[in-house]
Amino acid sequence: MQITSPAFKENARQALADPQLQKAMLHVRSGFIDKRQHAVDALPEFEALRESARAIKDHTLAHLDIYLEAYEEKVRAAGGHVHWAETAADARRIILDICRAAGARTVTKGKSMITEEIGLNEFLEKEGIRPVETDLGEYIIQLRGEHPSHIIAPAVHLTKDQVEADFRRVHDHLPPARDLSEPESLLGEARRVLRSQYFQADVGITGANFLVAETGSSVIVTNEGNGDLTQILPKVHVVVASIEKIVPTLEDMSQILRVLARSATGQDMSVYTTLSTGPRRPGDPDGPEEYHVVLLDNGRSAMLGTEFQDMLRCIRCGACMNHCPVYHAVGGHAYGWVYPGPMGAVLTPSLMGVDKAGHLPNASTFCGRCEAVCPMKIPLPKMMRHWREREFSRGLNPAVQRYGLGAWAFFARRPRLYRVLTSLAVPALALLGGRRGRFRHLPLARGWTKHRDFPAPERRTFMQQWREREVWKQEARV
Amino acid sequence: MDTRAPKPPRVGLFVTCLVDLFRPTVGFASVKLLEEAGCEVDVPMAQTCCGQPAYNSGDRADTIAIAKNTIEAFEEYDYVVAPSGSCAGMLKKHYPGLFAGEGMWEARAKALAEKTYELVSFLVDVMGVSAVKAAHDGTVTYHDSCSGLRELGIAEQPRRLLASVSGLKLVEMHDADVCCGFGGTFCVKYPDISNKIVEEKTANIAASGADTLLAGDLGCLMNMAGKLQRQGSAVKVRHVAEVLAGMDDGPAIGRGKD
Ligand code: SF4
Repeated sequence: MQITSPAFKENARQALADPQLQKAMLHVRSGFIDKRQHAVDALPEFEALRESARAIKDHTLAHLDIYLEAYEEKVRAAGGHVHWAETAADARRIILDICRAAGARTVTKGKSMITEEIGLNEFLEKEGIRPVETDLGEYIIQLRGEHPSHIIAPAVHLTKDQVEADFRRVHDHLPPARDLSEPESLLGEARRVLRSQYFQADVGITGANFLVAETGSSVIVTNEGNGDLTQILPKVHVVVASIEKIVPTLEDMSQILRVLARSATGQDMSVYTTLSTGPRRPGDPDGPEEYHVVLLDNGRSAMLGTEFQDMLRCIRCGACMNHCPVYHAVGGHAYGWVYPGPMGAVLTPSLMGVDKAGHLPNASTFCGRCEAVCPMKIPLPKMMRHWREREFSRGLNPAVQRYGLGAWAFFARRPRLYRVLTSLAVPALALLGGRRGRFRHLPLARGWTKHRDFPAPERRTFMQQWREREVWKQEARV
Repeated sequence: MDTRAPKPPRVGLFVTCLVDLFRPTVGFASVKLLEEAGCEVDVPMAQTCCGQPAYNSGDRADTIAIAKNTIEAFEEYDYVVAPSGSCAGMLKKHYPGLFAGEGMWEARAKALAEKTYELVSFLVDVMGVSAVKAAHDGTVTYHDSCSGLRELGIAEQPRRLLASVSGLKLVEMHDADVCCGFGGTFCVKYPDISNKIVEEKTANIAASGADTLLAGDLGCLMNMAGKLQRQGSAVKVRHVAEVLAGMDDGPAIGRGKD
């Protein structure tokens, strides 16, 4: 996927001017937030669960190598294959080889952000293999030739009318009277088309919400059941997962599951929680003949031991973006790469470089709502600030900002000078503000006055007035 | 036995740069509220700004220099109080981290953090104030500024004190706890996004039916006032301390004498 994060400002401007997008984003603002709140309120131990989920992941990250090796051993013992991929290109190559060996023409896919991260669909298409997305949201996105705008609700940037129009365009056999106005009817229609694809597919590719070291299982949580069909029906099942998906035990997994769906969709549990461990065994009613796991690093091990390690606790629930005012305003595509919202603002610079993704950690008001709802208690604003520090020390931010800030800091560090300067400037500005008490235009604050008036100072600084008051008091005493 | 009355706590007022420059009334309202609560208030002249503009721009060296200046200026007081959740949050939650592992300075930053409070929560939680002697005729709505709410847990205290203002009616707006889009330098770095966020806020303010908007942070207040005025709204905007201190007879924020 082409990264457009450097053009974040332009992306945002277009998003703000897009009435369909703005209409679609209203749903995020109401739906997700209320449902999550409901689920959280109904579970008194939610806070304690967050704490334990955090502890589980912190422990795992501290011993990541041990758990990954234990996991690999279990997968092998169950008859599966484990492939280590250091980069996205490595992962693509490994997956292609598996597909080629299986003689695959068509692969079905469960919803997976990791395959977005490695740009798998475009790659497979170029190699003559047809990827078919089976999650309804992903299916819609694929119809449109787009990328997901949200990590759990890929088509959340679209209105119902837009989706209906896409279905009618592509499913052109449909009678015009066929009702496609509800998600259920769309799902039914997509399912009808997908059913044949499941049987045509030679390889099924899924992501993983967890990898369990204790058992060698990969775990997906879904609401449509498409993931199960994707991994059971084809001959070959490929799991693509990044290394931080590992948890030590099934018990740990179930702990984290309790905060995952509640934070994501406000469900107590997703409809399907599916564990797969190796290929079909003799006597199993179903399952693939081959089972592969591609373990992707792609920059994650470099985050270990840095101020960005906490980000590796992320379970991709989407709560941070659901609660982010900036995400609400511009939607996910404006962020310009796979991961949007606050988690993307931290992760994208880590994976793609802060020189490309530098806008993202800056485009935050630091309102802290993301951190407040993150089930894994990831200090997202703090890490965005770390990125800003790195940008600052590398001189990556615009010169105007640096000089403006530098001049201000010069005085803020020198209280006496600061006093003199402000006691001259403030009354002048107050005078300029005149009887109206505000400015419609201010040459040095165009970013502000473009959209709002600028309140003028009252009169003189507090400090000027306070000093006079103290002097009077003294004189009164004498 | 010592029968003398206990000495009143000595409070160093951290005025905040925005109040100092733009809204001295808030500073005087703070002094009045603190004195009425039984504090002895002083305003050290060596203070400037808490350093957030540098801190949030990634400029750690300047932040540290500014923080050292603040720490020194306020060392002698029992408490440090600021009429701003975000500046108090900076001193309380972020200063110690600036000096992590630096011995003396870390200890001094921690000592400052421990005695620093936002004004309204200090009055309620530390000084035990449960009512104020003020009157305000009208309907107000209260915006929860982000740092105060999420870093310092300020939500109930201002509402409790507002409930004691005679003649005042408090109505809650929808999404009172959602950011107003100010975000310090964010609002000038990303003006269009900031504008979209503050438009949501002013729509909620208008829908609440209140004639006055209150909050505890001047940055947010200037942002919302500026937007309301650009939209031609008649809603008046004030810092909550002005109303609690009964010092709300002057022009509202961004309103001149007309
Ligand atoms: S950062 Fe937290 S809230 Fe955001 S997706 Fe990850 S786990 Fe969920």
